Amino acid sequence: MKITDAVIKEHGLAKGEFSRIVDMLGREPNLLELGIFSVMWSEHCSYKSSRVHLRNFPTKGPAVLQGPGENAGVVDIGGGLAVVFKMESHNHPSFIEPYQGAATGVGGILRDVFTMGARPVANLNSLRFGSLDNPKTAFLVQGVAAGIAGYGNCMGVPTVGGEVYFNDCYNGNCLVNAMTVGIVKKDRIFKGNASGIGNPVIYVGSKTGRDGIHGATMASDVFGEGGEERRPTVQVGDPFAEKLLLEACLELFKTDYVVGIQDMGAAGLTSSSVEMAGRGGTGIEIDVDLVPRREDGMSGYEVMLSESQERMLLVARKGAEEDVAKIFRKWDLDVQVIGRVIDGKKVRILEGGKLAAEIPVAALTDDAPVYERPMQRPDWQDGVNSLNMKDVPLPRDYNDVLLKLISSGNIASKEFIYTQYDHMVRTDTVVCPGSDAAVIRLKGTDTGLAMTVDCNPTYCFLDPFTGGAIAVAEAARNLAASGARPLALTDCLNFGSPERPEVMWQFKEAVMGIREACLELGIPVIGGNVSLYNETSGKAIHPTPAIGMVGLIDDIKHHQTQWFKEAKDVIYLIGTGGEGLGGSEYLKTIHGLEKGLPPRLDLKREKSVQEACLTAIKAGIIRSAHDVSEGGLAVAVAEACFNPDGLLGAELDVDIQGLRIDEALFGEAQSRIIVSLRMGDIARLRDICVKAGAPAKAIGAVTSTPCLRVWNLRKWKFIEMDVERLKDAWSGSLERMLHAGL
Amino acid sequence: MKFGIIVFPGSNCDHDCYHAVKHVFNKEARYIWHKETSLEGLDCLILPGGFSYGDYLRTGAIARFSPVMSAVAGFAKKGGLVLGICNGFQILTEAGLLPGVLMRNKGLKFICKRAWLKVGNNSTVFSSAYEAGAVVNIPIAHADGNYFADADTMKRLEDENRIIFRYCDKEGNTTPDANPNGSCGNVAAIVNASGNVMGTMPHPERACEDILGRADGRAVFESILRGLAG
Repeated sequence: MKITDAVIKEHGLAKGEFSRIVDMLGREPNLLELGIFSVMWSEHCSYKSSRVHLRNFPTKGPAVLQGPGENAGVVDIGGGLAVVFKMESHNHPSFIEPYQGAATGVGGILRDVFTMGARPVANLNSLRFGSLDNPKTAFLVQGVAAGIAGYGNCMGVPTVGGEVYFNDCYNGNCLVNAMTVGIVKKDRIFKGNASGIGNPVIYVGSKTGRDGIHGATMASDVFGEGGEERRPTVQVGDPFAEKLLLEACLELFKTDYVVGIQDMGAAGLTSSSVEMAGRGGTGIEIDVDLVPRREDGMSGYEVMLSESQERMLLVARKGAEEDVAKIFRKWDLDVQVIGRVIDGKKVRILEGGKLAAEIPVAALTDDAPVYERPMQRPDWQDGVNSLNMKDVPLPRDYNDVLLKLISSGNIASKEFIYTQYDHMVRTDTVVCPGSDAAVIRLKGTDTGLAMTVDCNPTYCFLDPFTGGAIAVAEAARNLAASGARPLALTDCLNFGSPERPEVMWQFKEAVMGIREACLELGIPVIGGNVSLYNETSGKAIHPTPAIGMVGLIDDIKHHQTQWFKEAKDVIYLIGTGGEGLGGSEYLKTIHGLEKGLPPRLDLKREKSVQEACLTAIKAGIIRSAHDVSEGGLAVAVAEACFNPDGLLGAELDVDIQGLRIDEALFGEAQSRIIVSLRMGDIARLRDICVKAGAPAKAIGAVTSTPCLRVWNLRKWKFIEMDVERLKDAWSGSLERMLHAGL
Repeated sequence: MKFGIIVFPGSNCDHDCYHAVKHVFNKEARYIWHKETSLEGLDCLILPGGFSYGDYLRTGAIARFSPVMSAVAGFAKKGGLVLGICNGFQILTEAGLLPGVLMRNKGLKFICKRAWLKVGNNSTVFSSAYEAGAVVNIPIAHADGNYFADADTMKRLEDENRIIFRYCDKEGNTTPDANPNGSCGNVAAIVNASGNVMGTMPHPERACEDILGRADGRAVFESILRGLAG
């Protein structure tokens, strides 16, 4: 086949990029070589637009054992153990085919974690859909939830947490970000490294089919109308095969046969072999005729570019081939030596006994294009940032506002979704989905892990720097409210087309915001993923830098949930109120405005509030802790009343101190945690807060009557609501809205 | 007193059952690969939850042909105790060791939540540690838990007092609203005619420790231990 301009374009390569390939090879590439370049130089695999910005992330820390660059990051958690985690996007496929797209997203991130030698112990996800009245939303939500459930449940890995947002900006591009957390013995970590000239390269797992060819290239393009036509590029998941692959790999990791191992994710056999050779400083030779196939007549091009799922590539010690094979055969999996590690830093593909492709490894990895794309603050930014509060009338009935807010898509309970996920398998889940962060115990130790994912896309749209910083701060706050000290984070940076300067500006701002929060709070970035081109017909999504964070609980006895526990406990607010309604759920839901500036974030204050909360939980005096986020103080207190073991009420007295009433009740000022405690422990809490430098004051009490009353200086009653009624509105509304949309 | 936990390809509650037996109740346990055929020296078999053979074709339909299953049938025939949990229950019905079948949930979705259960017969070897009529709380996690049996079989189960758990509300009413999956007669767990084989959709192994919430599943294991101690 002749390499024409049309062929180059079909491969998603720019003309300049093609000339660069010709220069590097000293000749024109053949079709197979072009295919290999096309996937390795795709945005998805090469990070060519984002790389220059990602360098700004702080990635080191005393406990970090593996930062970005491997299949997943690793942090030491003491006792000879380490936690391995990463988050990854599967946005484009999920929009085209929601069930398989989401399912294979889960499958891919699970492989990234167990390829490091870890047993996956928890899954989380961060999902974004279009508005609830968009006809496609219900279909996507149902498909994505069922896909995540279908894969994760079968794998026996509990899906313990996540977040779901609805916003018009995702009408043409949903986001599916999946995160896996695993545990590994510190001295048994495996890496994707091809070393030892002559060592065998072994293919294990499912057979290779024609599915998912050019998936990475698709994920690096915008959608126009009719994007569904790309359905054949979506892979099909087989969680049963992956469960067998997981158990077989974990059995293999107990031996000393493995030199390096990597999963075949995006760009399949091509990227796994090239990246392993790149890290090992070696070359790899693969005979495609030896690759196990699902169908006849596949070309070398198809075999190298297939994204068939549930496959791994490993480099074993020479002579251990038969021992490796025995393990995989026990689990009824394919296992086949398909090549070897070679000298010379080249990837060589053989087909029909002939050399079919030969490319220097560096051309596909280190020497792949890196772009410093132009950046420009959008000309519409000032417009969306301006908000005149005089245009926002004060509501007449605050009960009604609270009811509307608590049943709005972004605040309502996500029970309808998470009850489809097995969140209890492995019998480690101490705090199930629905609280600030999920908590799992680590059997055989006194410790536990808390984990959460966070990102408010409206904040990021209004101010990507502050939005990025708040995503980090809030994730850390969720962990602190659960009794955990943050260890590290992984990110999934979802943006529009990098070829547009305003998108690159948003990207840079968000990255710098994340960086600032990480530096101030002392939380390293140990891995992540970038998903660009999330736009349809020229309309980009809001910047969505999702943050996944894991924290350590030293003594699992001292974990905390968000629900009030007993009547007569005192409710304290750690932190203070603040002015502003910009970017709030209240403004959007009640007034239909997505405008203004997001809440200010004072990172010093944030740190002291988290420190105070964590210290008080560890001292055993806190009975509940809940971060104040979307919907503000009123919503946070209402949620704290929804104790699953029996509803409670609260009597609150709010000093509005010159704020508007709606600001005081529904404003989303940052760095606030509401806690409840016994009357007798007040002095100790005060003491702890003073030492940490965090403001704190009593704002009310828990009542046995399930009624929420909010007073102002014991005179005016803003809110008086039956908690049962609030709970009904909160727990059933998402399902009602989705069914209405089907 | 020794427990055997059968591992089919795709079992995923095998570790949880092992943990409960070995570390919560301090009894001996070993895994049995589905290709093994000897069950020598074991007192109680557990067929754990999970997705044996990916639940492809029909839940439990392929696992019943695993080599270990004829040994399981022989073990049950001799009066050995067999506990099938979730997928284990599905496999036992497919193997004909328990009557009825588990169909797709009425809402067609996987459901994971804590379920209220009313204890039926408390004189079996699996339920003697419960109070009769007690209302207990144990997690369910399944897509195919909709128990179906024809009217004659249902009548026999009732007449012979073979229903161990029924779905109910918090107050113990076994109403249609309290039935999460559409099961006939709100059935959640049954035993065979001789009372030595139990199938349960709720997961008792997930409710054995206070740190995981209410530990209402402990009594299943306590009953077995009491029964084995004779």
